[in-house]
Amino acid sequence: MATQQSGTSDFINNLGKIYGMYTGGFAAFVILLAILEQVGVPNKILGFLFVGFTIVVYAMIGILSRTMQVSEYYVAGRQVPAVYNGMATAADWMSGASFLAMAGTLYVLGYDGLAFVLGWTGGYVLVAVLIAPYLRKFGAYTVPDFLAARFGGNLARFLGIVVLLAASFTYVVAQIRGTGLIAERFLGIPYDVGVFVGILGILLCSMLGGMRAVTWTQVAQYIVLIIAYLLPVVIMSAQRTGIPIPQLMYGEALQNIAALEQGMVDSGLAAADTIQRHLQPFSSTDPLNFFALVFCLMIGTASLPHVLMRYFTTPSVREARKSVGWSLLFIFVLYFTAPAYAAFAKWEVYENVIGASFADLPNWVYIWGASGKVTLCGAAAASLEAVQQACAGKDVVGLADFSIAKDVIVMATPEIAGLPFVITGLVGAGGLAAALSTADGLLLAMANALSHDIYYRMIDRNAPTARRLVAARIILLGVAILGAYTATAAPPDILALVAWAFSLAAAGNFPALCLGIWWKRCTTAGAISGMIAGFGTTLAYLVYTAPPPLGFGEGLIFGIQNISAGIFGIPIGFIVMIAVSYLTPEPSEEMQQLVDEVRRPSGTVVADRGRAASA
Amino acid sequence: MATSNQEGWWSRTKGLMIGCLVVWAIFGFVVHFFVDALNDIVILGFPLGFYMAAQGSLIVFVALTFFYAYRQDAIDRRFGVAEDD
Repeated sequence: MATQQSGTSDFINNLGKIYGMYTGGFAAFVILLAILEQVGVPNKILGFLFVGFTIVVYAMIGILSRTMQVSEYYVAGRQVPAVYNGMATAADWMSGASFLAMAGTLYVLGYDGLAFVLGWTGGYVLVAVLIAPYLRKFGAYTVPDFLAARFGGNLARFLGIVVLLAASFTYVVAQIRGTGLIAERFLGIPYDVGVFVGILGILLCSMLGGMRAVTWTQVAQYIVLIIAYLLPVVIMSAQRTGIPIPQLMYGEALQNIAALEQGMVDSGLAAADTIQRHLQPFSSTDPLNFFALVFCLMIGTASLPHVLMRYFTTPSVREARKSVGWSLLFIFVLYFTAPAYAAFAKWEVYENVIGASFADLPNWVYIWGASGKVTLCGAAAASLEAVQQACAGKDVVGLADFSIAKDVIVMATPEIAGLPFVITGLVGAGGLAAALSTADGLLLAMANALSHDIYYRMIDRNAPTARRLVAARIILLGVAILGAYTATAAPPDILALVAWAFSLAAAGNFPALCLGIWWKRCTTAGAISGMIAGFGTTLAYLVYTAPPPLGFGEGLIFGIQNISAGIFGIPIGFIVMIAVSYLTPEPSEEMQQLVDEVRRPSGTVVADRGRAASA
Repeated sequence: MATSNQEGWWSRTKGLMIGCLVVWAIFGFVVHFFVDALNDIVILGFPLGFYMAAQGSLIVFVALTFFYAYRQDAIDRRFGVAEDD
């Protein structure tokens, strides 16, 4: 025990050195593959090495971090320094979709896509100010754990678990799909097999070591994903503008895009009334939906259990607060680069594709056209003949003729910029790191809630430590297999469900967490009825408006898109919670003291005392 | 700890919370109501309204969370409720 403790603190003290060496090793690995490419090793083998090598490294970190201690398993021993917890949170947060599809969304939507950028960063202000430090002081293992303590008992705990599972499961299925698609593309194996390769990687990282293993794996995954994200666009910026700082230089791209758009209208390549200008706000959505989406994504961010639980692992309340800042900084690095990706890609397309004659199309059009990701005149741009056949009767490519899939922009950038395949392989490894790290966090959030909250707290309060941890692992395995099965069986529009996760989590959790901390008068009856009302309203709206088979496909209310369904549920949750709280007797003196203790940073951890008393 | 001290600490904490949320609301929402007007100002090729949504507000959010952590810690120390270092 003593040696294990000192071994752990040695590790914590040397984190900078360890991850510095890791980053150097990864850079050396990329350079080695670049050399292999030059000497003629085929692309398929390079892709295999990228995916295989990174998964093996993550799995090794996971296995080295195996643990049989409860606090290590659930909260990494509460000794993860703020900066590293920030990196792990950033990897946990940024999904395969953020990595691969965010820039593409901005490419397609222009200004209107910035709702995602604003929503997914601004929410962290709420996490920092309203919630994370207080949950850390309470000392919970899971979010439902806190709800149960504050709102006296298992009904609140159970509702917390329902919200957690509803929000996390749809989200994890999308991540598993992402790993399957990347494995399919880079390893050339069938998608169904790819899903199970991905799930194996995820399980090796999280099963033996729980939160401790996931934390150190996610730090490693953040380093891979951020290098992979920045490198192609930095090179593209240097090629195009002479300065390798895309975040600063894409202003030039924006000006060129605007000029090229005007040129297309003048020359008849685009119709003046249908062209969607990149800088024009509210051309694909109205302001109401834009701001409703920003609001739901922000509140959702502050309510997602797999994100909040990352702040349970810091050594102190002070570190938890700082860690939110670090998380946001590391997330910011990717999110403020995404608009640059979109702008450089659009500049390239508008300059070299739109208005070009069919014989002069750049080669990347065909590379991505072969898989149907780029289409011309409605047909896959697989070859010059295919394009000429589809666009018969036209001399040059018009704006409306060309279309590129959203998730291709980031992956195609190395080819658009004429870079070697090794950079494409790096981007694949980055996308895989993003999807795996998010899946790790989500699976662990669900398994922890089921093993700690349901099995230990609600079924067998006398379960010995070993049995609790074995149960946690069996449940993790079960959830992972169910997720993988759903990812192979579910219809493709499962990706639309990800947006639901934010609205459901926001309406179900946010009012109860926020008022539970900031309003002593909030009663158990109030919280429970508010959670049911908020979550229920949001779910009802989603089902009412979603297209079949998920819902009824009925018309929108006040024109609100179903991606922003939380705009109804969040206020209703608050109103019901406040109204019912005033109608029921004030919470006990004891409960009010508990709230005081949760607010005050100094003093003992509230939950640990409860654990000692019940043990 | 004396009750008055506790109340002083909590009112400072609440004040900081409200201040942070006001800044958050301004840069999360209010600024972007004026995107069309701001777009008339162009800096380094960036129309200002577009820039605020793509980068400007994000920079404010990052700075705000670090500022909050620093300020709240100062309040905690002043009223003697901070954790031991």
